[in-house]
Amino acid sequence: MKVLVPIKRVIDYNVKVRVRTDGSGVDLNNIKMSMNPFDEIAVEEAIRLKEAGKVEEVVAVSIGIEKSQETLRTALAMGVDRAILIVAADDVHTDIEPLSVAKILKAVVDDEEPNLVLAGKQAIDNDMNATGQMLAALLGWSQATFASGIEIEQDSALVTREVDGGLQVVSVPLPTIITVDLRLNEPRYPSLPNIIKAKRKPMDVKTASDLGVSVEPRLQIIKTEEPATRTAGIMVSSVDELVEKLEETGVV
Amino acid sequence: MTVLLLAEINDGKLSLDATAKTVTAAKQLGDITVLAVGEHCAAAASEAAAIEGVSRVLCAENPLYGKRLAEPTSTLIVALAADYEHIVAPATTDAKNILPRVAAMLDVMVISDVSGVVDESTFERPIYAGNAVQTIQSIDDTKVISFRTSTFDAAKTGSPAPVETIVPAADPALSKWIEDKGASSDRPELTSAGVVVSGGRGIGSAENFALIEVLADKLGAAVGASRAAVDSGYAPNDWQVGQTGKVVAPELYIAIGISGAIQHLAGMKDSKVIVAINKDEEAPIFQVADFGLAADLFDVVPELTEKFSK
Repeated sequence: MKVLVPIKRVIDYNVKVRVRTDGSGVDLNNIKMSMNPFDEIAVEEAIRLKEAGKVEEVVAVSIGIEKSQETLRTALAMGVDRAILIVAADDVHTDIEPLSVAKILKAVVDDEEPNLVLAGKQAIDNDMNATGQMLAALLGWSQATFASGIEIEQDSALVTREVDGGLQVVSVPLPTIITVDLRLNEPRYPSLPNIIKAKRKPMDVKTASDLGVSVEPRLQIIKTEEPATRTAGIMVSSVDELVEKLEETGVV
Repeated sequence: MTVLLLAEINDGKLSLDATAKTVTAAKQLGDITVLAVGEHCAAAASEAAAIEGVSRVLCAENPLYGKRLAEPTSTLIVALAADYEHIVAPATTDAKNILPRVAAMLDVMVISDVSGVVDESTFERPIYAGNAVQTIQSIDDTKVISFRTSTFDAAKTGSPAPVETIVPAADPALSKWIEDKGASSDRPELTSAGVVVSGGRGIGSAENFALIEVLADKLGAAVGASRAAVDSGYAPNDWQVGQTGKVVAPELYIAIGISGAIQHLAGMKDSKVIVAINKDEEAPIFQVADFGLAADLFDVVPELTEKFSK
């Protein structure tokens, strides 16, 4: 069994986002970039499945600028067997839309024929929450989104999904696409020997045009602004004062 | 221009709040047809038909649609899509599961979590966990949109629109529903509650979260949690308020032991009145709170609960 894990290089989770004042977008020059946290969880799950003997090979794929190979090296250091980089942009500020990403991934799936695609539920930059579902649609496969539990069975996977109002358990026939949520696992840190070993693991580099996929966006970005801010209210000094103020507003 | 609006229905029950807010958002786009699906959906369909601004309701009843699976509902929507310029739904976990699949089947981009409508093809949506707001214009013929309901008021109910029964689409026979593990709770639903009491990392343990729950129950409130509290295992993920969790806008939001990371603020800053209780006077949550109390939550939360008991 083979697992394909798509990963995205995004602004590091801990870095404060700066919106350019001219409305042209979020500044990513000289900013620390890392693997999308949800994708890290997908990588970890794939490696655990391999360690549990359910999976023979884990392949990571990233679509973006050439520097995304750094993020793929991180995945290799975590335990992924090999990586594929699809160069689809020159500028770090060019975000490839989920629809284009899904089309590129479909081409990779057609070539690699994995039994399972394990993806993050959303990227923390565009917050679209779409790529996994779109890939499932293009392939005509089943989908299990927002997974917090995965059990691989003979020809299917039993997936616990985090949904509004609780959990839903579904059984999806393989091949399938599972997108993962926060609580599925806690990703490991790569060890130094594994980081060194990762440098020798194979990485294929292709371009979107090699795969015959156009990355022309369907959504044109008009402007990007800072969100409206709320003004701070007052500090109260006691519970009594708080209750009094709340009663004045009429909300309790 | 015509809009197909997927009603939020679970187990035959309409989520009136989420659906009515989506009607308000979608009214700006054109004439609204609501699509109601379920194993049984007649009751939900007639309830949705009474939302002001709805022109008609299509009702597709079949066991296929009973368990909120993405594949059969997507197939049905795609079969109907040719008659509509916009296909919309509230940004719930169900719609976020279904709509990207629909969009890809139609070869269009999905537009998730829309917080503002500029015109029929131009929309605002938060990105980077609410750290930025992007205005985008779609060049696709069909716009597939989920609306962040917290930024829209619910449409009122009025005289009912006609309900038509439609035939179900073919069964794609992919996912199988096994079970729902409902949060069996008498508390109001987080995204539509009038009051929300949320706890953060400052709560310290899953056991201590009872403090939050007791206060919430006194106020008839829903219980929320920050991502830090969820990550630490103090609270279940479906309580999570924030960009990666639920977006809420209650009349009153009480944040307890929450520092106020931007990802959390993105999920609650549209609340009418915000109260923050935190030991750290410098916590960023105080910058958005209407009323802040810098104190030890283990002292003041029980006191607050007691005050509200009277």
